[in-house]
Amino acid sequence: MNKQSPITTSPLHLSVKHDSAIKQVAGRADYIDDLVEPEGTLHAYLGLSTKAHADIASMNLDAVRAAPGVVGVLTGEDIPAENDVSSVHKHDEPVFATTRVVTWGQPLFAVIGETREAARRAAKLAKIEYRELPHVTDVDAAVAAGGKLVTEPLKLERGDVEAGFAASQHRARGRVRIGGQEHFYLESQAALAIPGEDDEITLQVSSQHPTEIQVMVAQVLGVPHAAVTVNMRRMGGGFGGKETQGNLFAVVAAVAAKKLNKAVKIRPDRDDDFQITGKRHDFVVDYDVGYNSDGKIQAVTATYAARSGYSADLSGPVTDRALFHCDNAYWYPTVKVNSLPLFTNTVSNTAFRGFGGPQGIIAAERWIEDIAYALGKDPLEIRKANFYGTDNNNVTPYHQVVEDNVIHRVIEDLEQSSDYQARRQAILAFNKTSKVLKKGIAMVPVKFGISFTATWHNQAGALVHVYRDGSIHLSHGGTEMGQGLHIKVMQVVADAFGVPVERVQITASNTGKVPNTSATAASSGTDLNAMAALDAANQIKARMAAHAAFIYEVEPKDVQWEFGGIRAGQQFVPFDELATSCWMNRVQLSAAGFYKTPKIHWDRTTGRGHPFYYFAYGAAASEVTIDTLTGEYQVDRSDVLEDVGRSLNPAIDIGQVEGGFIQGMGWLTTEELWWDGKGQLRTHAPSTYKIPLASDVPRIFNVRLAEWSINKEPAIGRSKAVGEPPLVLGYSVVEALSMAVASVADYKVAPQLDMPATPERVLMGVERMRRARAST
Amino acid sequence: MTEIRSQLRFILNDQDVVLDEISATRTLLDFLRLDRRMTGSKEGCAEGDCGACTVLVGRVTSGELVYESVNACICFVGSLDATHVVTVEHLSAANGPLHPVQQAMVEHHGSQCGFCTPGIVMSLYGMWMQNADPSVSDIEVALQGNLCRCTGYSPIIKAGQSISAYGTVVADPLVIERQAIKARLEALRDGRRVEIGEGRGRLIVPASADDLAEVYAANPQGTLVSGATDVGLWVTKFMRDIGPMIFIGDIAELHGIEASESALKLGAGVTYSAATAAVTGSFPQLTELWMRIGGQQVRNMGTIGANIANGSPIGDTPPPLIALGASITLRKGETRREVKLEDFFIAYGKQDRQPGEFVEAVTIPSLPEGEQFACYKITKRKDEDISALCGAYRLKLEGGKVAAITIAYGGMAATPKRAKAVEAALVGKAWTVATVEAAIPAFAEDYQPLTDMRASAEYRLLAAQNLLRRFFLETTGEGERLTREVA
Repeated sequence: MNKQSPITTSPLHLSVKHDSAIKQVAGRADYIDDLVEPEGTLHAYLGLSTKAHADIASMNLDAVRAAPGVVGVLTGEDIPAENDVSSVHKHDEPVFATTRVVTWGQPLFAVIGETREAARRAAKLAKIEYRELPHVTDVDAAVAAGGKLVTEPLKLERGDVEAGFAASQHRARGRVRIGGQEHFYLESQAALAIPGEDDEITLQVSSQHPTEIQVMVAQVLGVPHAAVTVNMRRMGGGFGGKETQGNLFAVVAAVAAKKLNKAVKIRPDRDDDFQITGKRHDFVVDYDVGYNSDGKIQAVTATYAARSGYSADLSGPVTDRALFHCDNAYWYPTVKVNSLPLFTNTVSNTAFRGFGGPQGIIAAERWIEDIAYALGKDPLEIRKANFYGTDNNNVTPYHQVVEDNVIHRVIEDLEQSSDYQARRQAILAFNKTSKVLKKGIAMVPVKFGISFTATWHNQAGALVHVYRDGSIHLSHGGTEMGQGLHIKVMQVVADAFGVPVERVQITASNTGKVPNTSATAASSGTDLNAMAALDAANQIKARMAAHAAFIYEVEPKDVQWEFGGIRAGQQFVPFDELATSCWMNRVQLSAAGFYKTPKIHWDRTTGRGHPFYYFAYGAAASEVTIDTLTGEYQVDRSDVLEDVGRSLNPAIDIGQVEGGFIQGMGWLTTEELWWDGKGQLRTHAPSTYKIPLASDVPRIFNVRLAEWSINKEPAIGRSKAVGEPPLVLGYSVVEALSMAVASVADYKVAPQLDMPATPERVLMGVERMRRARAST
Repeated sequence: MTEIRSQLRFILNDQDVVLDEISATRTLLDFLRLDRRMTGSKEGCAEGDCGACTVLVGRVTSGELVYESVNACICFVGSLDATHVVTVEHLSAANGPLHPVQQAMVEHHGSQCGFCTPGIVMSLYGMWMQNADPSVSDIEVALQGNLCRCTGYSPIIKAGQSISAYGTVVADPLVIERQAIKARLEALRDGRRVEIGEGRGRLIVPASADDLAEVYAANPQGTLVSGATDVGLWVTKFMRDIGPMIFIGDIAELHGIEASESALKLGAGVTYSAATAAVTGSFPQLTELWMRIGGQQVRNMGTIGANIANGSPIGDTPPPLIALGASITLRKGETRREVKLEDFFIAYGKQDRQPGEFVEAVTIPSLPEGEQFACYKITKRKDEDISALCGAYRLKLEGGKVAAITIAYGGMAATPKRAKAVEAALVGKAWTVATVEAAIPAFAEDYQPLTDMRASAEYRLLAAQNLLRRFFLETTGEGERLTREVA
């Protein structure tokens, strides 16, 4: 890899393969549980609450301690400093509950054993007595019990909605229920803690946020952040589920490691992972929308009630983002929306790809659909009638001007390529004659705001070293969970130095190399970290160029970077020789880079600002067939068009779009979280919780990037973020199901399917349509 | 008296494994990852649903060495005597060239987070050895037991279709070395019973059906384990102590398939995969139904006899076999008896099986000329999902009237159960919409289903009724079904 590659062009904007692809297919890519364990590594396993809400009357752990292979037991009393891992510092997430449990599956203690099996078996031997208290597991029950909130709600308002309603010819009022979603990262939560000297400790984690793990471990141990080093090579999937949810596991391993002075590993069984960790928020959205006979919306009011679970975690920003996306791609002349992040006795819901945005968008698409059915039109017509303008009608409910609107072109492009209109006509004809099977088609747009809404998170760091052989060491603040962040940043650095991408060695994310990082989240990983890495590369390049000008005695302006090296006047110097020369001449070949997103600001108290640097757009058209006897269905075809600006790596981006679409489709169709009357989640493993399989992929699945798009803002390579926006497009499947259901009553009634739209909900929708048809 | 060997012997990749000590409950995945530090196979769920732990197991059956995918997480090491276990580590050496399956996955960007990837590679490998030019549908079947949360599968399907572009099956090491490995495996099968350990950890691998009868009669407290697709979870999820365990998956006599004019007799140890192939000609409806049981790995492990003996109210074997009038052979020692399958299920968790007695075979009578048969399964997700309900129907019409009808459902009661009130409402009547509609209320007499995470009681009842309507439409040529045809 030190040899000059024959490749003579920049790898930027090319479909370079994932940096770990070869190791992954060979089974040689290591995840936490694959790492070589230090001598004498112990294993932690958590003991969990078996009540949804109860006072702990007594906790007898004698049998646990006496079990074979048990080395120790940790409870709340063993926490050296603070018994809390609340990521937003609300002190509502104890590591171990001590007096009261507020959710089924809440950790009470940890067993440390010589083997994981010994610890796990022993954890079952605890004798806990509870005094049960009333519990609430869903939004309705939470509201009925008084509507306690876990964090401050948000209100967004623009214009005079009363005037808007007064000017409206029609009203659409309704309620839509949108279910939650388990992340189902294939690698469960895991951490390995290795004690060091004095206060020091090092952790290997599977986390989207190594800095937060560092902060939490420091908080719980009562040591400075500087004493804690967190190392993170790759996750076996994250999707938001490893933004804050790894804190608990890392902290337990750390406390045990320091107490016993041994390396300690923790990895819950899949069923326990399901019952301990937070999920996507379920939402119930109540809406009242005024509109006119031309389909144009005049006023929107809506309340977004979310099942937040037992603690705040990220429920504040998640419900905020739902409100930020109450408009999707539509201009509302007047609007007033508010959030209700409700306390429930369930796992504390958390970040999940889209972070509340998809729920906000789906509610908007629901009232668009209601309007269409009420007016007897294709929902797509209503969408077009309400899209943001480019020069006017372009102010969002949070008073940011949409400056980069391309939704019209996206829709036009997809409408053509998917042959939408002709297929819709064919489906209408099919439904007239088909008795049992009915079809539906729907095209849905997305506009997604890119940036963390908490402005201070929009910063990143990177560390780049050029070694004297010309090889390049890269570390940045982002984390790799499969999304291809590392290869994109490697491409940017390789492009900057004019070297093949193989020359760049990516290393694990490490809090000792790049400090104070933000979570790899909000689709921002590449936007932030690639810019920071580019900054570091540019610093080194400037020094190398100055050195070249000096030793080849040319003017700085006569030094040019070319692929493979540098041209100084008439001289061409290969990159590796230049690196050696720099070292010999005492030129620093290392730099820390930094980036902060420009232009953004947000004032939550006034509900005004410019929280998003730019918007990413997309659209999907899906066609389905349902069986009206059983509610079973299949997706016949989906066409997706995604605006990723100028793609840094089309293959990686297509992978994000395809994967996001399918994940969104699964969320809204077959993935159902079901709690029993006692407050226990009963869909807690793949046997009961059904994510899509290969045979659920649309029979025809056409996915394209909008190659004509370029980011108006000077983001890295003029690309756009891609992680979250495509997930929303899975909703096109639900709306197509809705049309198929509506055909039973000749499209006169909006079926208002709740989500997930399981076969059961589809059949019950068909039944409603049959009754509606019978009553007319 | 069968001779006893106190060693378990198999081949792991290119190494002979001889175990003098192994707990009955040790899973293959823990053996690989913990005992051998071979970490290529991953644990994603420990219940045979995600496929991240997929490995191939080669067995000599009917004189041929066949490799099938299995879930290592719920496969007990004790079930592997005289087999060849192939893991992802066997496909390519560090720094060596990738195997064609692996190369195809790399070229098509088939891995993102990579955690499911080794399992997917192994499932595709198992498929490719038998089918070098798979269709999309073939690949979907091969991947029915593999979950990927990142890619949306499209690049994996493309990779699956292009494997042969990176190498040929005839050049594959497992194909080239097949005869040599087969000879080694045959040498390991010495006709002796394997017994290792004591008490709860004890494992017994009987050498034959007769030996099983003897062993089980002597150890009626033992747990019979064939495919372990359910018992595996008793260990990985509930940590139940279920020893001694008697592994019966490799008893040749239990794998018998006898087809005659009048009946099809399946040994209790016939796997879903083998049974599905065996019934394709006579009962394509069963093939369609059983291809939706678990993933390929589970169908390669799980057996017809165990699905029945297990007594689950939601198994997909009993309803259609009850409708078809199947019976089972129960054996204890040298004593055998025949029981009608519908009489075997007494109550939830209770079957007509005595201590020391085991299911030896299932006999399915041929469908008489002119009779019609159908079975349907309703799930949230089409494939690899446990039935919310499963309905089966056998109809005999004479002169347009219902001469006889047998209807059975799973998922509607505490056991797989016939709809006798519905049947009674239909028998003797003209087979018309009006008759079917008149019989619909009788469902409420037969079934008071439960609400659980798979479906509500209301949906179960309505869907059960509608499946009868579907059956009617299909018998009158007006049926319409979803069909997934992929280019």
